[in-house]
Amino acid sequence: MSTLVLLLVTGVGLGALYFLVASGLSLIYGLMGVLNFAHGSFLTLGAYAGWEVSRRMSDGSWLSLVLSLVVGAAVGALVAIATELLLIRRLYERHVEQVLVTVGLALATVALFDGIWGTDAVYVSGPAWLDETSGVLGAQIPHDRFLLIGVAVAVLLGIVAFLRFTRFGLVIRAGVENRSMVTALGIDVRMAFTVVFAIGGAAAGIGGVLASQYFGYVSPQLGASLLIFAFIVTVIGGLGSLLGAAIASLAVAVLQQLANFYASGTGDLVVVLLLAAVLLVRPSGLMGARA
Amino acid sequence: MSTSTTPPTSREDDRPATTRGQHGDSHRAATPGGDGASRTRRRLVEPVAGLVLLVVLAVLPLLNLSIPGVLPGATYTPGTLQLLALCLLFASLALTYHVLFGITGLLSFGHALYLAVGAYGLGIVLERTGLGLLPAMVVTLVLGIAVATLLGAVSLRVSGISFAMVTLAFAQAGSVLIRRNPSITGGEESLPLTTDHVPAALVGVIHTRNLYWVALALLVLVLVLVTWFERSRAGHVAAATRENELRVRVLGMRPYPVQLLAFVVGAGLAVVVGMVYLLLNSGVTPRVASADFTLTILVVVVLGGLGSRWGAVVGGIVYTLLDHRLTALASSDTVEQLPALLRVPLSEPLFLLGTLFVLVVLFVPGGLVGLGTRLADGVRGRRGSTADGAA
Repeated sequence: MSTLVLLLVTGVGLGALYFLVASGLSLIYGLMGVLNFAHGSFLTLGAYAGWEVSRRMSDGSWLSLVLSLVVGAAVGALVAIATELLLIRRLYERHVEQVLVTVGLALATVALFDGIWGTDAVYVSGPAWLDETSGVLGAQIPHDRFLLIGVAVAVLLGIVAFLRFTRFGLVIRAGVENRSMVTALGIDVRMAFTVVFAIGGAAAGIGGVLASQYFGYVSPQLGASLLIFAFIVTVIGGLGSLLGAAIASLAVAVLQQLANFYASGTGDLVVVLLLAAVLLVRPSGLMGARA
Repeated sequence: MSTSTTPPTSREDDRPATTRGQHGDSHRAATPGGDGASRTRRRLVEPVAGLVLLVVLAVLPLLNLSIPGVLPGATYTPGTLQLLALCLLFASLALTYHVLFGITGLLSFGHALYLAVGAYGLGIVLERTGLGLLPAMVVTLVLGIAVATLLGAVSLRVSGISFAMVTLAFAQAGSVLIRRNPSITGGEESLPLTTDHVPAALVGVIHTRNLYWVALALLVLVLVLVTWFERSRAGHVAAATRENELRVRVLGMRPYPVQLLAFVVGAGLAVVVGMVYLLLNSGVTPRVASADFTLTILVVVVLGGLGSRWGAVVGGIVYTLLDHRLTALASSDTVEQLPALLRVPLSEPLFLLGTLFVLVVLFVPGGLVGLGTRLADGVRGRRGSTADGAA
């Protein structure tokens, strides 16, 4: 029982990470039809930025963690905005080229991270509280899971509130629904594109800092390894659906944890099988619009 | 999937400068007047030029040519031949991907999986069974085609970007399988080639020349098969599906079987390339199954010129040479002495290649071959206009 609880909470924590990456991917795809391969690089860069901050601060205080989260989010957002303005904007409506550009960017940036911070992982430490555990239903849960879940829920609520209650949010929601109609009504959707990229980049940056806390290190490959699961999550959840991404993140991560423990490390394969099964039954994903 | 239906139309509407091969050809064929002659000439030029190139490539190991800065040594040395064979293999691999992406318009991010199936499959069959090289190759090919048919049938249930992600996921699963089963695949270490049943003429550094010829023969075989597929009825339907799937459906044809056929043909040929890859490198590492490797194939095809067979070939050769030379540059003394701001990017070959790739996508839509064609057309056009002026 206690093992199951631990696995479930860990799964939810990992799901929170997946969600932070997948939410941006899903929003960007839903609005612009861009599959952003460079999203993993936003995450890695956010993680390195957070590490640089906490390294310069006295290590291990809550202030340094909060500050590195803020800096990670800001760096992620800025790089995402730059990507949108400099690369994606030139190729609007040319989806294949947009994918190719982000692929090139992903390859180049990972190599650049290799060059700047080295191919070896750098180790990250956070507040001591995160390494402690508390008993929940008989299981000893490490505290970093709670941090992941808390931040992810806050980000989810923040994005939902932004989409619901602001003018930009309205434009974005309408744009996901029917972009040509929004354009026909005389609203400049391009600004919304940049905003969506910024949100996605910020979420990825936060995800990067949290991932470095969770795994205990940052490496140039950090983003790429999470990105693949985020892709799977977005497809299972339905491209463009934030709620779908949230549900699928939890399902995928929990399933992965359970399979890893009870079926001797087959988590990654089980996830791919789940993807295949979902596609066979519902090609548009759980919450995706019907084909 | 309302969004996934946009790419075909956008391809036609927004890209006057598109240089996808068939696209361009069909436009050229459609313009009236005097084109018949140039078309027959073009049809003659291609095989003749190909034949000459083939003869040159075939006798290369017998010559003592040095191209400083491009090749590491004279063309008869094993090191250079190994690099050249790798170039040819990459060209073949790019051609197999051309069947999927260039002809059929299937953006697969899992193509490296089939190269890995070929290389690992052959390696494992040779190691575990007492089969000779040829029977082992046949077994591996059958296996590879079975895998491709199964995975292709599932992934083709979705289209566009979802298809890309699904193929990526399958390839990732393959990569995980290889890394997690070290007792069978050698895990993170490489799987060495078991040479007991491999003809002696294909083993060892001394025989690199033979392997080079095998790679050349493979390239010719793949080129012929891909051309055949492209010109067959199935190939035409595949190309039509790429341009406008809805119209194909309206004409009463089903795109799915043709797409699956193209997927299996491309994947099956990639399996064969993988087998030769194993022989050439006398082993295989899990890197060939990684997502990065698939992205590399994509880079090669786009770099050479999307939609053109020769583009894929040129891309494969240029990419391999560039990769090799940039790696050499990265570890050279000149770069070591540069200030950090320049040294860090220059010592990362993948950074330079990625940047180059981004620039090609942004500014050179037709890739290297498209650039060449445009330059040639420009020269011809100018000559034509001056002739008109004189008349």
